[in-house]
Amino acid sequence: MSDTIASTDAAATAGPRKGSLLVLDKRTRKRNAAEARFRLMGQIAVTIGVLALVGLLTSILMNGLSSFRQTYIQVSVYLDPAKLDKNGNRNLEDIAKVTTFGYAPLLKKALADKMAKEGISIEGLSEKDAAALISKEAPADLRRYVLAHPTSIGKTVSFNLLASGRIDGYYKGRVTMESAKLDRNVSPQQLMLADKLKADGVLTTRFNWEFFTAPDASDTRPEAAGLGVAILGSAYMMLVVLVLSLPLGVAASIYLEEFAPQNALTDLIEVNIANLAAVPSIVFGILGLAVFINFAGLPQSAPIVGGLVLTLMTLPTIIIATRAALKAVPPSIRDAALGVGASKMQSVFHHVLPLAMPGILTGTIIGLAQALGETAPLLLIGMVAFVREYPGAPPEGFFDPASALPVQVYNWTQRGDPAFVERASGAIIVLLVFLVLMNLIAIILRRRFERRW
Amino acid sequence: MPDHTVTAYDEELTALKSRIAEMGGLAETIVSNSVTALVTQDLTLAQSMIEHDVRLDELQQDVEIKLIEIIARRQPMGSDLREIMAAGRIANDLERVGDLAKNVAKRVIAIDNDLQSKKLSIGVEHIAELALAQLKQVLDAYTKRDAVSARNVRERDSEIDAIYTSLFRELLTYMMEDPRNITQCAHLLFCAKNIERIGDHATNIAENVYWMTTGERLADERPKVDETGVTDKENA
Amino acid sequence: MNQMTEVEQKAVEMLNEPKIVARNVQVYYGDTHAIKDVDVDIPAQSVTAFIGPSGCGKSTFLRTLNRMNDTIDICRVEGDILIDGEDVYDPKVDPVQLRAKVGMVFQKPNPFPKSIYDNVAYGPRIHGLSRNKTELDEIVTSSLQKAGLWDEVKDRLDAPGTGLSGGQQQRLCIARAIAVNPEIILMDEPCSALDPIATAKVEELIDELRENYTIVIVTHSMQQAARVSQRTAFFHLGVLVEEGPTEDIFTNPHDKRTQDYITGRFG
Repeated sequence: MSDTIASTDAAATAGPRKGSLLVLDKRTRKRNAAEARFRLMGQIAVTIGVLALVGLLTSILMNGLSSFRQTYIQVSVYLDPAKLDKNGNRNLEDIAKVTTFGYAPLLKKALADKMAKEGISIEGLSEKDAAALISKEAPADLRRYVLAHPTSIGKTVSFNLLASGRIDGYYKGRVTMESAKLDRNVSPQQLMLADKLKADGVLTTRFNWEFFTAPDASDTRPEAAGLGVAILGSAYMMLVVLVLSLPLGVAASIYLEEFAPQNALTDLIEVNIANLAAVPSIVFGILGLAVFINFAGLPQSAPIVGGLVLTLMTLPTIIIATRAALKAVPPSIRDAALGVGASKMQSVFHHVLPLAMPGILTGTIIGLAQALGETAPLLLIGMVAFVREYPGAPPEGFFDPASALPVQVYNWTQRGDPAFVERASGAIIVLLVFLVLMNLIAIILRRRFERRW
Repeated sequence: MPDHTVTAYDEELTALKSRIAEMGGLAETIVSNSVTALVTQDLTLAQSMIEHDVRLDELQQDVEIKLIEIIARRQPMGSDLREIMAAGRIANDLERVGDLAKNVAKRVIAIDNDLQSKKLSIGVEHIAELALAQLKQVLDAYTKRDAVSARNVRERDSEIDAIYTSLFRELLTYMMEDPRNITQCAHLLFCAKNIERIGDHATNIAENVYWMTTGERLADERPKVDETGVTDKENA
Repeated sequence: MNQMTEVEQKAVEMLNEPKIVARNVQVYYGDTHAIKDVDVDIPAQSVTAFIGPSGCGKSTFLRTLNRMNDTIDICRVEGDILIDGEDVYDPKVDPVQLRAKVGMVFQKPNPFPKSIYDNVAYGPRIHGLSRNKTELDEIVTSSLQKAGLWDEVKDRLDAPGTGLSGGQQQRLCIARAIAVNPEIILMDEPCSALDPIATAKVEELIDELRENYTIVIVTHSMQQAARVSQRTAFFHLGVLVEEGPTEDIFTNPHDKRTQDYITGRFG
């Protein structure tokens, strides 16, 4: 009797056998199909993203890489004392009185001499047209050289002169014989001359260092335009942003996260910080214009003002990132420190902050990168101005007019000559390289901190 | 008292309790039947009681195993701890009660129809009745968790002691009267002593029941009335 | 002679006097009345265990003893908590100083992510307990020895504390607490994350520490309370239901709630 009960009980609890594990039931098949569909969608999304990125990078690189190469014409210039130093006393002030117009004929003659010497002549090409192969910037360069080396007057010096934008464009595929026929600024004859000069090694293409060091140039001289002032200006601004926003942001975060009482005021502050992060950057520009320039009277176009504005813009990002990093530190660490009798501040500075450091650094560098690429607020505080003078060394340099990388990009895209499109793309590449470098630094710093802990 | 959160624990405790009750019933049967066998000189009954005692021993071992299992698996605390400790001790006492009753049954076989005078066994019968009543009451107190009843059992043990003392004198008198009675009376004296010991075990059980229910020990104020001394040592 | 007896008498009085006295303690979390009317005496140089179901307030009460609850804004404590007769909630008391006297060990082993040495040395450093490196070394060594961890870690004091096993980490935390030379050590479920062997080692350690420290331990395990403590207090719904010698609480509790809890009859 009891045996039968036991056996029925066992059967009831074990339950009947339901299907085979080797055969998928309908539900499982449906679920698996849904999962496969989702994976496919995800892969498609990633592919689209990657393609977009590759397309973007290709287009920028295609357009911009050529800006790192530049065409030069090598000629020997006789620095005629009759023209450069009429008084013959090598007085710098007298020499400086000779304008670039006084130097242009020297170059014209030097090129003509060179052509004659090499036996190059193009039918229907005047000496003046031949001289137009040389950039309008070249006389200015020559003048700078002479002013720097007054003793060279009367000697024959070999120069690498910038070729004009069209000739440069010819070797970068921007200008062709066909387009030259329609172009007022260049003729097919000039291009033919350029080809001959190139065959003789007078005209060469080499790496364009000046792109990184030279200041901006006017509309008619794209070949001379460089990023020097913009890079310096951006560097100054980043310095200002880093020095101001990191301590401010971290201090504010620590106070809010660890010390501030929970009340309506701190809630309000928190909400506002979150909102500030979402405020369009141009609003910060208006604020900067009103407060720093109009009210505080700081100079326009100055890196200090740009830095201050970008600091305001970066602060919320840094605060949010820092608070998240502080929150991520397990409370058990705080408890442990308090438990051995550390004060609140000791627990924060000895234990919580070091643990939050990688997160804080990441947040800061992301904020800096954001600031580095920001254009809109800088336009409003006058950073868009055409600046050819390098800002001075810090700290005075912070108050000198300067440009900024993204503004330079914006600036060049506004200009008529297609050579500036190439320059703008080149500037974007420089900007991207800087961003990649900053991220690398972030990763390296994080690694180092994480290894210590 | 509410049930345990783990119902299997409750089931184990209930099983333990019913096992003790079974032992109690068996012990009572052995005591009463052994005495009956003694009085009526029923050898078959006596023989069967000896066999019953084997079953009682088995039950006691079973209780011990269950007890160890519960301790190992449940780590009993508080009243549960007291309950299972008490159950173990009560099982021991009951096993001893069974042994003592079995000894009485064995004597029936030893006396073997030699009981000439019913008069001699009346006293033994009387003390057995009392011991049996004590045993019954203490087992009732155990199942009902009745501390008061358990305390009463303990207090009444002195009655059994007193009767034993008087029975001792009585049997001594018989022996002096007629030396032919000596063998019988000696046997009866041992039986009486065994029965008196059963009473003592009932008292032990009562003390355990009291401790189990209240968590307190009864103060040791019970006067031990035993003036026979010599025989006491012999059977201890 | 007379003086000797006086000193002795004082020593006897000190021993008899409870280390911690709580009277009419109330704890509120905002509007929630978490601890109600707790009166308890905790004797010196003994282990007192707090047991009770989750959320009964035993941990909360433990944390009032070294004012760890101060870090929670909405937490409010009323009533008196006296350590050696001094009210720890007196406005003149600095909680940081209090916590150096009343150390704490937490549920989850929480060594600092630093070396074993630095973990133990941190407390003495911030409290200025050593004048030079040699003294600090001594403190670290003796703390690790008292915590029974020295033999296991003496060859790798520079290794990170987080690299130790769970039980070793917890003993490291105990060493860290001992290093600041406290008088009382509070332990909040110190073994709940440990395996039985590690638990046994910690329990053995607690029993040894009893000689020099007053220990209060919160535990979920009644068996643990029974094993390590001399006195046990049972909390239920924020109320101290029953407090007494451990053996009494576990064999013959007087309150029905205690009885139900320890026998596993809680609904």
